[in-house]
Amino acid sequence: MNDYILEMHGISKSFPGVKALIDVNFSVKRGEIHCLVGENGAGKTTLMKVLSGIHPYGSYEGDIVLNGQIMKFNTIRESENTGIAIINQELALIPDLTVAENIFFGHEIMKRGLVDWNETYKQADIYLKKVGLNINPRSLMRDHRVGTQQLVEIAKALSKNAKLMILDEPTSSLNEEDSANLLRLLKELQKQGVTIIMISHRLKEVVSIAETITILRDGATVYTMRADEEEITENKIIKYMVGREMDNIYPHRESCVTDEVLFEVKDWCAYNAKSGQTVLKNINLKVHKGEIIGMAGLMGAGRTELALSIFGNTPEYKITTGELYLEGNRVRFSSPKDAIKKGVAYATEDRKKNGLILIQDIKFNTSFANLDRIRNRGVINRNEEVVQANKLKESINIKAPSVQQILRNLSGGNQQKVVLAKWIFATPKLMILDEPTRGIDVGAKFEIYTLMNEMVKQGMSIIMISSELLEVIGMSDRIYVMHEGKITGELSKSEATEQKIMHFATNTEELS
Amino acid sequence: MSENKKTGREYGKTLVTNLRNYLMYIALAVIFIVFQILSNGSFLTARNITNLINQTGYIAVMAVGMTLILIIRQIDLSVGFVAGFLGAAAARLLKAGVAVLPTILIVLAMGVMIGLVQGLIIGKVGVPAFITTLAFEFGFRGLLTLITEATGTIPIQSDVFYELSNGFIPELFKIGDLSGSCLIAGAISMALIVFSEIRKRKELKRYKFEDMPVLLFILKLLFFVALIGTLTVVLAGYRGISWTIVIVVIVVAIYSFVMNKTKVGRYIYGMGGNPEAAQLSGVDIKRILIGSFASMGLMAALGGILYTSRLGSATPTAGMGFELDAIASCYIAGVSTSGGVGSVANSVIGAFVIMSLTNGLNLIGVGISYQYLIKGIIFILAVALDVRSRGKKALG
Ligand SMILES: Nc1ncnc2c1ncn2[C@@H]1O[C@H](COP(=O)(O)OP(=O)(O)OP(=O)(O)O)[C@@H](O)[C@H]1O
Ligand SMILES: [Mg+2]
Repeated sequence: MNDYILEMHGISKSFPGVKALIDVNFSVKRGEIHCLVGENGAGKTTLMKVLSGIHPYGSYEGDIVLNGQIMKFNTIRESENTGIAIINQELALIPDLTVAENIFFGHEIMKRGLVDWNETYKQADIYLKKVGLNINPRSLMRDHRVGTQQLVEIAKALSKNAKLMILDEPTSSLNEEDSANLLRLLKELQKQGVTIIMISHRLKEVVSIAETITILRDGATVYTMRADEEEITENKIIKYMVGREMDNIYPHRESCVTDEVLFEVKDWCAYNAKSGQTVLKNINLKVHKGEIIGMAGLMGAGRTELALSIFGNTPEYKITTGELYLEGNRVRFSSPKDAIKKGVAYATEDRKKNGLILIQDIKFNTSFANLDRIRNRGVINRNEEVVQANKLKESINIKAPSVQQILRNLSGGNQQKVVLAKWIFATPKLMILDEPTRGIDVGAKFEIYTLMNEMVKQGMSIIMISSELLEVIGMSDRIYVMHEGKITGELSKSEATEQKIMHFATNTEELS
Repeated sequence: MSENKKTGREYGKTLVTNLRNYLMYIALAVIFIVFQILSNGSFLTARNITNLINQTGYIAVMAVGMTLILIIRQIDLSVGFVAGFLGAAAARLLKAGVAVLPTILIVLAMGVMIGLVQGLIIGKVGVPAFITTLAFEFGFRGLLTLITEATGTIPIQSDVFYELSNGFIPELFKIGDLSGSCLIAGAISMALIVFSEIRKRKELKRYKFEDMPVLLFILKLLFFVALIGTLTVVLAGYRGISWTIVIVVIVVAIYSFVMNKTKVGRYIYGMGGNPEAAQLSGVDIKRILIGSFASMGLMAALGGILYTSRLGSATPTAGMGFELDAIASCYIAGVSTSGGVGSVANSVIGAFVIMSLTNGLNLIGVGISYQYLIKGIIFILAVALDVRSRGKKALG
């Protein structure tokens, strides 16, 4: 029997200069886990925004049929009332409210016109248990990790009595353990009768969890695959996603490592200025010219803190001892400005919060960290800027009608590419990349890896912080593993395996 | 969009987006026409327009400074009485026998100092701008009263100083009733605009970029020429070009250049868009903040000088509400309340919109209470129109 909870027929949607969706058909069976995959900018998020009323009725063409009835949602509220819940690519929690307040935000439990706090906290506790969280509903949202926040979002969706749950890249900012946890929970929810639509670029998890996979390319449905009809493999998905076979996920690379040490960190310690806690303990590391260093570890191992304390001397991690050497000279960067001037760049992991200026366009962001390159006797040459930005846009394949496109209107993955464009444009000697491929599709990942290879070939060095073990293994010449603010292991390319890295990442035993 | 042929609809779209950029000018034109009708033709006279421009000068320069402050997500509530106080300081200096040029330089330097101190308190100590500048507003109100207390109103005894806001560039010759120097200045600025626009277009061609269609380009040029032409002829019919115009044009030219063509300008916009990202891209955001407040102080000083010169005296209440007019000018001109967006040139037009309201309402004899009421309504309407036409809303 074909019992469809949802059918979307002939959906088309355009933005100025972009046809985001072209006559898309998308059907979801009741009770299944349905994954939506496709390259960056293929239209996945847009399709889900149409479904959930974020793009209201009238702004798109086509029909949404839910439980056999045509729906015309004008607001997200209206779609919620029919049992649809969407968890967006960018989480929508309020950091300064408690967990319980967040769960019931917008649909508070009322008693005689007032919020019933006792009931709120009691109910919150029940929903938190349901998603396997054992946290205090009265704690502040900001005190929890992304993994936990993601689960709170699900608790919130459940509290709205969701029958059809949409998750837009829920695992992209989670580490492997949290991801596995989340996927297990989704399976559990499925057993309780919830239908799930999940968008993801992590094909491995897609293969492991999905009953049905719909693949979008350039705004159109290209294929729907069912686990009960054919065997699903990553390669098959990739073929439909990018329109060709991809034999390798990682480009072929020859080592460009030289003997010359470019950058060295000695006995580096950092304390959190607020709490006084030690966040980094005696870090020692070396980066050779032309080398790609992988920094592996679990979330919270201190990798971002290490990068920030080196790069920015930011307020949070101010008090540091230890020594830095750049090309043999002892240095200290007093500010990001200073670091950039001396040739060190740091691409942040959170593009929305501190990576990009979303209200500005591609060219503005691309040139921002190195305006000198488009200046002529102190005057900015805007035409030159467009030319340069265009070159980069082509070379890393940023999908947008022009470099004048405002970043807010780009898909998540394409925004991430702008982050890279910006730092490539700055031509540093040492580039620290923090989760550079977060939310990026397989094809684009390949392009970014190729680009990294190019950069080291030209004598640049790269430190890549990444939570994806395979990426670390596939791309690094050498790997450092961190755990609780310490470097617990160092592995060469040939000795690196997932097991070894995980061992160091979870084990406190130091390698001497 | 590699296709070269454009459909009629796309032409329409280009026209609409271009018109949107000139919304301010259209608003100004509408206000002019309405007052012209209501005042039975006495609004658009050479005399009144000249008057209007000279009246707007002090708010215009302060709006320029305020634009930067608002772009970087700060606010300055102190500029009203800072301007009032510095105007009075100028009057005192002149009275004490200091020459005009040193007086002006001293007062401008004082303005920069005041701005710097506020910037340091906000940027280094970390007191929010709203509170710091409110405190300065109180303080300078007190200081203004103090230095005008003994004498009450301080009259300006220097003709040169008085000329700043009331004088005109010297007359070279006359063509009929029209001022020759004014016509020459008008012709030169027309030529400059046409020349620079054509050069810009050529440059675009050289880089092989798509520019607006030729027809639209010519229309745009004609529009500018007609605008300046009309203004020139109108002004020439009275006493020509006032020094206020010269000062405002210079200020706008310098600030526009800095904002659009230099690193500092980029940093200001970037910091307004996302301060954290800007800092991690190598912007010294504290320096930008302190610099912006110093520039605001400079503009407040200039505003104070122009206002005192205009009145011919410094009074104990000078400066009251200037900050609000300056802020309103910016918002009417499309500066974003969430920062990162705005243009100094537009803010000056915004100042003209506000002042032509005051001027026109006075002319047709509307009482001061109704003036405030009407100003409030127009302010909301103007910003609402701007917000809707850009499709950006305060919420969501
Ligand atoms: N508000 C908007 N204005 C203009 N264009 C938009 C807007 N939102 C999305 N787009 C464009 O529509 C296309 C589809 O975007 P969408 O966000 O749906 O992609 P996606 O498949 O979710 O990609 P990703 O994997 O990178 O998140 C992109 O080309 C994007 O630039
Ligand atoms: Mg998306």
